Amino acid sequence: MYKKAIISSIVSLLLIAGLLSFKIPDAPNAGLKLPTGFTANMIADNIGFARHLAVAPNGLIYVKLLKTKNGKGIIELKQNADGIAEVINRFGDYGGTGIYIKDGYLYASSNEDIFRYKLDAKNEVISPDQPEVIVKGLLNRREHDSKSIVLDNAGNIYVNIGAYSNSCQEEDRQPGSMGRAGCPILDSAGGIWQFRADKPDQGYANGIRYATGLRNVVGLDWNQQLDQLFVMMHGRDQLHDLFPALYTTQQNALLPAECLYALKKGDDCGWPYIYYDQLLHKKILAPEYGGDGKKEGGKNAKDPDVAFPGHLAPNGLLFYTGTMFPEKYRNGAFIAFHGSWNRAPEPQAGYFVVFQPYKNGKPDGKWEVFADGFSGSAQKTASGRADHRPCGLAQGPDGALYVSDDTKGAIYKITYNK
Amino acid sequence: MKSTIIFLSMLAFISVSVFAQTVHKPVTKPATVSPVVNGKKIYLQYCLSCHQADGGGVQNMNPPLIGTQYVLGDKARLIKIVLKGFNDAVEINGQTYTNAMPAFNYLKDKDIADVLSYIRSHFGNKASAVKPAEVSLIRGPIVKTPNKKKYTVRSKNT
Ligand code: HEC
Repeated sequence: MYKKAIISSIVSLLLIAGLLSFKIPDAPNAGLKLPTGFTANMIADNIGFARHLAVAPNGLIYVKLLKTKNGKGIIELKQNADGIAEVINRFGDYGGTGIYIKDGYLYASSNEDIFRYKLDAKNEVISPDQPEVIVKGLLNRREHDSKSIVLDNAGNIYVNIGAYSNSCQEEDRQPGSMGRAGCPILDSAGGIWQFRADKPDQGYANGIRYATGLRNVVGLDWNQQLDQLFVMMHGRDQLHDLFPALYTTQQNALLPAECLYALKKGDDCGWPYIYYDQLLHKKILAPEYGGDGKKEGGKNAKDPDVAFPGHLAPNGLLFYTGTMFPEKYRNGAFIAFHGSWNRAPEPQAGYFVVFQPYKNGKPDGKWEVFADGFSGSAQKTASGRADHRPCGLAQGPDGALYVSDDTKGAIYKITYNK
Repeated sequence: MKSTIIFLSMLAFISVSVFAQTVHKPVTKPATVSPVVNGKKIYLQYCLSCHQADGGGVQNMNPPLIGTQYVLGDKARLIKIVLKGFNDAVEINGQTYTNAMPAFNYLKDKDIADVLSYIRSHFGNKASAVKPAEVSLIRGPIVKTPNKKKYTVRSKNT
């Protein structure tokens, strides 16, 4: 009895101590590791599954949520002087990924449709409940359903329609199942489609399949220096699971590459027939189409500008045009890697933002990790149980870099001070 | 230096793949292995990449196998999920998941029973074991297609 009382008071003391010590001071740079001179602040948190985001010329931030929260799928944030962004509006009764601001309009996508909202002089949405439907009825068969969007300078909008398949097998993701001949998925998915940005109610019949052979693109951007579309493709999954005799689990973890492509109209990036092997620097025939891990393929398929290690899941792409960051960042590419799940049983990887330098429109040197630490610890990275996962990227009017996290719903702002 | 590393990793890559190709061949184990050992083996080989080592799944893509009504509930429904695959956009513990789960109809009754018993008694789950006979009952009118080590379900309207 007496013993019990002592034990329970010790336990409660420990509990109280635990509660008191819980409020740790904010970690510097919101827990991120950055190059010298850069600072990160978490300006918002817990807003929902924050996919892509767009920053207006006056600093207002619009965030697209993967799933609606309290019935709303777009969050508008206003940045206050104290460095906190407060939610000032919620609208849009649909979940999704894409959001982009261009010429006085806010564009946003569900997993089937693209909408636009006219902005007023203060970059506020005029009729949040009456968007114009620009494109409707895009294919959504759940797998690879994000419809990421970007606009060019000639009145066109580009949208990714992901393939509802891993590698166009007869039985999706079934070990040993072979690829479908003349993969029929490519007719309506597995590519980037182009539509007019100002014409209502467009569908497949009004669009152009701008580029094909792209399994799934989530991160894409219009490169202003080159006036050209760039996309990051998610490479295929499960080489070992599906073809254990050809690939080890180690190879499965690293292969194939996640590729950055500089697209021109009519390009074919080769999915599902080939994948890019970043170790061999070659386009390799997919095992579903007779490959053995070494046979090359895809003579007419495009080569990537940059090939990153497998399964890191590039969900955000941004060519930096600002002047806040040092000269070396100008016109280079930031990529938000959402982090892997497909590397199991090997450790998972990613959950960081990398920077790929560009010079005169070509990759210039090796990519480097720019912002790391989203996951919370090396252990959380390895297990895949990350606290935060970077997803969207946007540039502010002053050149600050914004990163959204679609796990906890944080928004980070990264700035540079000489 | 950099090129040596690349060369070495290429060499390792090539030798590993050659090795993997010549030596490994999926071997079907005799049906005498203990259910626990076999269940874990099947889980690691066929389920792990999507549902993960801890059974926690992958956010928005692959659901957890922890405490869900599908894992703990009706065995017939659970067996069907594995035999026929699952792509129904259902809510699982309040969330939806977008990936597609393939059919595992090519696995033997014992393998399916063992892996289901395994997930029902791991990851914090506590539910009764599944017997091979229960799987064969659900599998019902199934035919082994010639030449392919693959099973197809003969006209079932579920
Ligand atoms: C390619 C990825 C993938 C593989 C491999 C896979 N699953 Fe699934 N599994 C899923 C997805 C995705 C769903 C949910 C589908 C839906 O929502 O319609 C699911 C659902 C389930 C469910 C029901 C929902 C729940 O979470 O309780 C069970 C049980 C399950 N899987 C067990 C297994 C078992 C056992 C294996 C191995 C034999 C396996 N899965 C292999 C992706 C996978």
